[in-house]
Amino acid sequence: MVSLDLLLNAIVAGILLGGFYAAVSLGISVSFGLLDIVNIAHPAFVILGSYTAYAMNRFAGLDPLLTGLLFTPVFYALGVMVYRLYYLGFERKGEESLRGLVFFFGTLFIVEVVLLLAYGVDYRMIEADYVGRSFHIGVVGIAFRLLLPCLVGLMITLALHLFLSRTFYGRAIKAVSQDSQALRLMGVNPVKIKRIAFALSIATASLAGALLILIGPVEPSIGREYIGRVFAIVVLGGMGSISGTLVAGIILGIAESLTSTFSGPSWAPAVSFGILLVVLAVRPAGLLGR
Amino acid sequence: MAALLEVRGVTKRFGGFRALNEVSLEVREGERFGLIGPNGSGKTTLINCISGALGTDGGTLIFRGKDITRLPAHRRTRLGICRSFQIPRPFTSMTILENLCIPLEYAAHDQVPRSAVAGEAMEILRLMGLDAKADTRPADLTQIDMRKLELARAMAAKPRLLISDEAMAGLSHAEVDAMLPILFALSERGITIIMIEHIMRAVMRFSQRIAVLDAGEKIAEGSPDEVVNNKRVETAYLGE
Amino acid sequence: MRKTVPLWIVLGVVVAAFLFTHLGGNRYLYFAGYFVLQYIVLATAWNILGGYTGYVNFGTAAFFATGAYSALVLILAFKAPLPVQILAGAIAAGLLGLGIGYLTLRLRGVFFSIATLALSVVLMTVVSNWEYVGGGKGLSIIRPKPPALFPSHAEYLFVVMVCLAAGAVALAWWIEHSWVGRGLAAIRDNEEAAECMGVPTLRLKLLATTLSGSLMGVAGTPFPYYVTLVEPGSVFSLDYAVNSLAMPMIGGTTTWVGPIIGAVLLGTAQQVATVTISSELNLLIVGIVLVAFVLLAPQGIVGLVQRLFRRRRG
Repeated sequence: MVSLDLLLNAIVAGILLGGFYAAVSLGISVSFGLLDIVNIAHPAFVILGSYTAYAMNRFAGLDPLLTGLLFTPVFYALGVMVYRLYYLGFERKGEESLRGLVFFFGTLFIVEVVLLLAYGVDYRMIEADYVGRSFHIGVVGIAFRLLLPCLVGLMITLALHLFLSRTFYGRAIKAVSQDSQALRLMGVNPVKIKRIAFALSIATASLAGALLILIGPVEPSIGREYIGRVFAIVVLGGMGSISGTLVAGIILGIAESLTSTFSGPSWAPAVSFGILLVVLAVRPAGLLGR
Repeated sequence: MAALLEVRGVTKRFGGFRALNEVSLEVREGERFGLIGPNGSGKTTLINCISGALGTDGGTLIFRGKDITRLPAHRRTRLGICRSFQIPRPFTSMTILENLCIPLEYAAHDQVPRSAVAGEAMEILRLMGLDAKADTRPADLTQIDMRKLELARAMAAKPRLLISDEAMAGLSHAEVDAMLPILFALSERGITIIMIEHIMRAVMRFSQRIAVLDAGEKIAEGSPDEVVNNKRVETAYLGE
Repeated sequence: MRKTVPLWIVLGVVVAAFLFTHLGGNRYLYFAGYFVLQYIVLATAWNILGGYTGYVNFGTAAFFATGAYSALVLILAFKAPLPVQILAGAIAAGLLGLGIGYLTLRLRGVFFSIATLALSVVLMTVVSNWEYVGGGKGLSIIRPKPPALFPSHAEYLFVVMVCLAAGAVALAWWIEHSWVGRGLAAIRDNEEAAECMGVPTLRLKLLATTLSGSLMGVAGTPFPYYVTLVEPGSVFSLDYAVNSLAMPMIGGTTTWVGPIIGAVLLGTAQQVATVTISSELNLLIVGIVLVAFVLLAPQGIVGLVQRLFRRRRG
């Protein structure tokens, strides 16, 4: 018989984790879902954000969330640079997007190795006094280190959703993949829109990385686990749908949490892949997709 | 003349948008058939459904008496349906000659023995006037030569039915006049041809019968003269 | 070229390698040679799907590991001889390729690539939980005596790898010059047009995926004997994915020569670099060179040479 306590705790932890996963996936939802740029290096940028938070915490005592926020413009600028390279190398020439894929893979690798050189293979974590605490609602224990990333993740998701649906640039971003011609006629440069969108997707990595190191220790190769998760979420949630990303994130979080609790934590990375395969086989358009 | 291709009540939707609405028409064996209509009327969508690039949401397609509605594209090619592309899509890493070898080796697999492939390819290039450029890459071709290559490739697939999708779009008067004899020559070889064009001059001269699409529906069908004098067609193109 | 000539070349290469091992020589040379030869197989295998067909596989490690662990299981259960292990690895990895291809190749190429990336992580998780092969900590095996004609295991594995490399290259050469290769090239250049020209794209893609995966598995089967300690971290190393991708991209993806050039250059450079500078720095250089080539010289070294000749011709 499965203990109800255990089940409830697993589900709640899964929901919280899912909110965080959604935040990590936002970048891909924008770059892959809306711009059709397969940026598999996104998890590497998230890890970069984690290490930035770690470094700032270590040497300046800064709270990771603060670091995440402060460095968002820096990551935005990084995104602009990467997009420029990508555009000059591939998009402008109309080359196979598969070579762009190799480009991002190379970038993923370079970021991982640089971090390895700088920090070694050991796990790094941050010291913040609220991280270890938790509280209880009935039988369910809620850890701050899960709750906070989930809440912040929800906030970023909401912010992005509002940006995309309410602001001019946001709507232009949604339109650019479907009708760049119409945008041009309105006097808007599609390339500039794509650049903004891509830079935004990288900018989210700053805060997402800070959240990641709050949840647990990081080491350079953790990014690879997240590639499967992130793409599973974006495909399951429907490409480019922010709300879909959130729902899918929570579903994945719960699935992983249940697997972790009842089959052991070492099986968790396989869950995302399983979900990805099933979705690709059955309904590639995802849940709330176009 | 027997019907080579029967399109019966074909419907195609893209999300909520109905690109084709119960379109029916018949193309007879050996015929020169024109398909016209204003931009966005569904001509290319219909062609994609016939060639197998798109699936249908309703209706049937019968080719040589066989129901091909669920057949994958490359099988339809082997049965004898071939199309050229509006924007030429040559195989960029190969020479012109090698570009023709692909359809000869695959689509025309049963009709052309392996040893005869290169010879056949040269024959077709000669017909198109491209034989001097057999060893060049598509990137080095002029616009009109690219269009000819598209037709040449479609021909190399040894089709029973050739669909020429706006092969002459954007060409000058003289260039159109250079392309038409090629299409006539193909027709003389017994190939049934469906021509989609916006260039009225070409369609009128070439077609024996014409069908007109507008907003996903067939609004007229008949000889070139009948169609040209049809009020509905005039409205579709020029507005009220 | 007559069809039988390549076979004689393959035989000649193998015999030459065998004779070479009897000249003596530093054992380290054989290990380094094994390393480069292994990558010739991996790079050639990758290129059949990547360069010839245009589908990027990021999960070389998964196929390599399938071969390695198939071999390990056979060693543990039956003390099977190496040739049997190689066959088993080929079949297992081939089936894996077929499976993942069947699931994803009807969708856009991008999904295949993502699936291969996730595949490595998943397989590593499965293997790490499998106690029979040592779980997360790995397993040590003892090499049996090498066959009579070889002074030690180093020479034996070296010659085995020479055979495998020669076989892989011969296969790639045959594919490239056959109707299969032309069909794959058509798929790479323009899949939709290829389909319209009668090319059975799905079938050919599945064939390429199966062959490619199978070869990668074959490259992995002697691995347990090579390292004696088989643990998931090293078998599933990202290095395999990056190298088997970088070598053809740097050497040249359109012919069978490119992967060899890339494997020899990059493989040797890495062996040198690992000894002189740190192994991480060496990886960083690989990554940077890869990105540089993908941006600036997508046709690789072979492409650069071809361009040079075309310019000379005027």
